[in-house]
Amino acid sequence: MDKTYLLNSVQMANFAADGLLRFDELIPDDVNREAMREIDEGLIPTHYEEQGQPLDGLWTQSKGFGAMFRLPQVQGIIQSLIGPESLYDHHAFHRVGPGHEEGQTWHADAIIDTRQHFDIQLFYYPHDTPREMGGTMFLPGSHLRRIHETDIGRYQNFLGQLPMVCKAGTLAVGHHGIWHCAQPNTTDKMRYMFKLRLNPTVRQKCLWNTDDLDSPEVGKVLFRNHKWYGNEDRLEYANRIKFWRFLTGNESFDVNYWLTRIENTPERLTAQAA
Amino acid sequence: MRQKLLILYVRTPDLKSQVGAWSIYDGTGREHHTTGDSDTPPYNSVFDAMKDGWRVIQFPQQFPAYPGMELSTAYLKFEYILEKLEETRNG
Repeated sequence: MDKTYLLNSVQMANFAADGLLRFDELIPDDVNREAMREIDEGLIPTHYEEQGQPLDGLWTQSKGFGAMFRLPQVQGIIQSLIGPESLYDHHAFHRVGPGHEEGQTWHADAIIDTRQHFDIQLFYYPHDTPREMGGTMFLPGSHLRRIHETDIGRYQNFLGQLPMVCKAGTLAVGHHGIWHCAQPNTTDKMRYMFKLRLNPTVRQKCLWNTDDLDSPEVGKVLFRNHKWYGNEDRLEYANRIKFWRFLTGNESFDVNYWLTRIENTPERLTAQAA
Repeated sequence: MRQKLLILYVRTPDLKSQVGAWSIYDGTGREHHTTGDSDTPPYNSVFDAMKDGWRVIQFPQQFPAYPGMELSTAYLKFEYILEKLEETRNG
């Protein structure tokens, strides 16, 4: 993999802090048009393919969705986060019909998941998505919370919630734990969003371009606050530091001494005590 | 009379602390609320909502962290439920 297509450490720190990376208008128009044609003509199955199969073997003839994840820019993103030889988990064509005024319930996908190892989900918007069309609402920074699916369904709004208002060809890449919900579509057109979940097959350690690993920007990004956290912001920082330790393999990594302080349990006896 | 509920999630147990998340369920049927329908909270704090006539009907209880889960985060901790009772055509 050409290093230029890999994410850098600051981008990875953003993923650790937000659980989401956004790449506006990354996918070329010809691929977007083919993707829409594949939807219209039913060329990609709406049902799940065999789960757990290598992604490399999926939809090899597709000039739309298959071509999308084979772009070197997308391969670089996938490899940076979950490594080579990733597995297909499932896909879905999410559609919200015209004149649909109810937002989807906030949720995280699958079930409560306590791993540091993580799956990613590609959220691909093959056509323009203005706010009146939705799109997906994300809650940056929610990915490390241990909740089960729609158990968060009483919430409606958060400070800092992020609607995916975007041009055709935009890709969002999320940690499996991120909270999200489809938004109402008050236009007279169907809205589509294509989702693809992928699993790693290798230890997710330093898979990206680590040339800037020691950049001071990394610590600053890991310390990004999200206003909806309230008093739990410091706990989120602690969990991000743990996540960064997992991602880098550096078990002594810390920012502003948050974990070092509470891990300090010295056993050395003074001469007087001995 | 019909019940209108306002749920505010605030920064700390202090009723004057800042709102970070919110929901509205309007039993009168006059207002429609759903996920993602506003980017700014209707009040800055529970206390501000009280000054506008909302009655607090539930306080969040506080529990010590379960052993081993001291750093874990999940649901929003400081959830206050408030109500207004409003007349409707049907009484």
